[in-house]
Amino acid sequence: MRDVAIVAFAQSPSVRSDTQRNEVEILMPVVAEVREASGIPKGEFDFICSGSSDYLAGQSFAFVAGLDAVGAWPPVSESHVEMDGAWALYEAWVKIQMGYADSALVYGFSKCSLGDLPEVMAMQLDPYYQTPLWPDAVSMAALQARQCLETGAVTAEQMADAVVRSRANAKSNPNAQLSGDVDREKLLAEPTFVSPLHKHDCSPISDGAAAMVLVAGEKARQHCERPAWITGFAHIMEPMDLGVRPLTESRSTAEAARRAGVDAAKLDVAELHGPFSHQEILLEQAIGIGSSTDVNPSGGALAANPMMAAGLIRLGEAAARIHDGSAATALGHATSGPCLQQNLVCAMEGR
Amino acid sequence: MADEKGPVEIVQTPVELDYTYTAGQAATRFLKGVEQGKFLGQRCPVDGLVYVASRGSSPKHGVPTGPDTVEVSDKGTLISFSIVRIPSANLSVEPPFAAISVLLDGADSHLMHVLDECPLEEVRMGMRVEAVWLPKDQWTASMQNVTHFRPTGEPDAPFDSYKDHL
Repeated sequence: MRDVAIVAFAQSPSVRSDTQRNEVEILMPVVAEVREASGIPKGEFDFICSGSSDYLAGQSFAFVAGLDAVGAWPPVSESHVEMDGAWALYEAWVKIQMGYADSALVYGFSKCSLGDLPEVMAMQLDPYYQTPLWPDAVSMAALQARQCLETGAVTAEQMADAVVRSRANAKSNPNAQLSGDVDREKLLAEPTFVSPLHKHDCSPISDGAAAMVLVAGEKARQHCERPAWITGFAHIMEPMDLGVRPLTESRSTAEAARRAGVDAAKLDVAELHGPFSHQEILLEQAIGIGSSTDVNPSGGALAANPMMAAGLIRLGEAAARIHDGSAATALGHATSGPCLQQNLVCAMEGR
Repeated sequence: MADEKGPVEIVQTPVELDYTYTAGQAATRFLKGVEQGKFLGQRCPVDGLVYVASRGSSPKHGVPTGPDTVEVSDKGTLISFSIVRIPSANLSVEPPFAAISVLLDGADSHLMHVLDECPLEEVRMGMRVEAVWLPKDQWTASMQNVTHFRPTGEPDAPFDSYKDHL
C-alpha cells in the first residue's frame, strides 16, 4: 500500500438556501482555498474527482458545469461519482494506490434547496415497486427509527442526547447551520414531525460544498505540516430494499471499520455521517466507539447536511483534527442510500 | 410466467419534480443587462477573455468573472450553424431552421441562438448577424427578450477575424 495523506481541506458555510450563488459560485472559493492551503497550483493535480447529483441540481450532467470551478484547461484527468464526495475521495485514493497519480483534488457539492429534498431522495429507490409510492427520505428513516425504538436498539433519550451533543459541538463550528444549547427533556417533549422522529432528529436541508487534497508519500509533508495519513479505507454496501436487511444495526459500517483496521479503543476523534439522530447511535454501536472518543466535534450531519458534501466534510473534519494536532488518530465516516444502506470508513493518523 | 395476455412490457412511473433555480451572481449581472436590451460580458481576470454569458467562472482558469461588466454589441459573426430538420416537443421553433453560434463583437465566447429572416441555403460561416429584440415594453430579465438573430447585410467577416474563436 502507498502512504497517502489528506493535506488540505476546505468547506463553504452550510446554509438553508443560498439564493445568491449557483453551484459553481459556491464551489469556486472552496477549491481556491484548498489549492492555496496545499500550495499545489491549478493544473498540477494528477487527478480530479467530484461527487454530486443531477437529481439535486435538477439538470443533466451538472457535474460538468461543476468543472468550471476547477478550470479544465489545459485538459485534465477527471472523474465523477453520483454519490457523496467521500466516494470521490475513495476513487482518487484507489487511483493513487494503483500508481496512476501522486496527487488529487476532490470535491463534493449540492444545492439541496432547489427542489423538494425528501421527495427528490425517493428517486434513489427501486423504480418499479418503491418510487411510484414516493416514500420520502424522512419517512424511510422514520420506519427505521421505529424499529430501533421498539426493539430497544436505540432509546429516545440517546437520540435526544445525540442532538444535544451535535448542537453544542456546532457552536465552535462557523460552517454549521444549527448550533446552540438545547435540553434533552425539552427535545423529548417536542411534537413529532414524522413519527417517531422529531424535527430535531432530522438533519437540516443544506446548500454547501467541500474540497480536499490528497498527496502520496513523503511529498505530503511539503504540502502540510502534519498530514493526515490514511491508514485504512473501505466502503461496504447492503441491499437497497429495507425489507431484506436488519435496520436496527449497521453491519456495513462495522465491516468497513474492520477492513479499514479501525481500533475503536485508540480512536481520538470520530466524525460520523448520521443524517438522523438514531443513525448516529447505530454508527457508534457498529464501530464500537467508547467514551474516550470525541464524536462529531464539528456537530456532524445533524448540524449541517449538504448532500454530496456532508460525508466528505466528515472526513475533512476528522483530518483537520489531525492537522491541528488535537488528535493522533481519527475516523471519518460517510453514508449513502436510504437508511444507512452504504457506508464508508476512512481511518487516519498523524505521524 | 406470462399468461395469455403476455408479459408486462411497460410500467409507467410518472415523475414530476419542481426546482427553483438560482441564477447566481454572474448570470444575474448578465440578465440585468438583457432586461435593458444590452449584452454584458464579464472578463476572466487571468487572461482577459470576455465571457458572454458567464455562469460565474472562467471555465479555463476556475476563477470568478466580473464583478465588472463589459458591454458587448448585439451584432456579431456567425461562426457555426446547423440546419435542424427534426421536430421536438422541446423546440419553440418550427423546423427546418438554422441553429447558430454567434460571436458577438467584443466577446470571446459564443452564444447559441436561432437565425431567421434568411433563406436556409444562404446561411454560412462569417455571416454578419444581429439580435432581434422583443418590443421594449415586453423586456424582462430573460434571454427570451431576443426572439432570433437575422443577417445585417454587411459584408462577411474574413475568416482570420474569428478563426481563433472556433
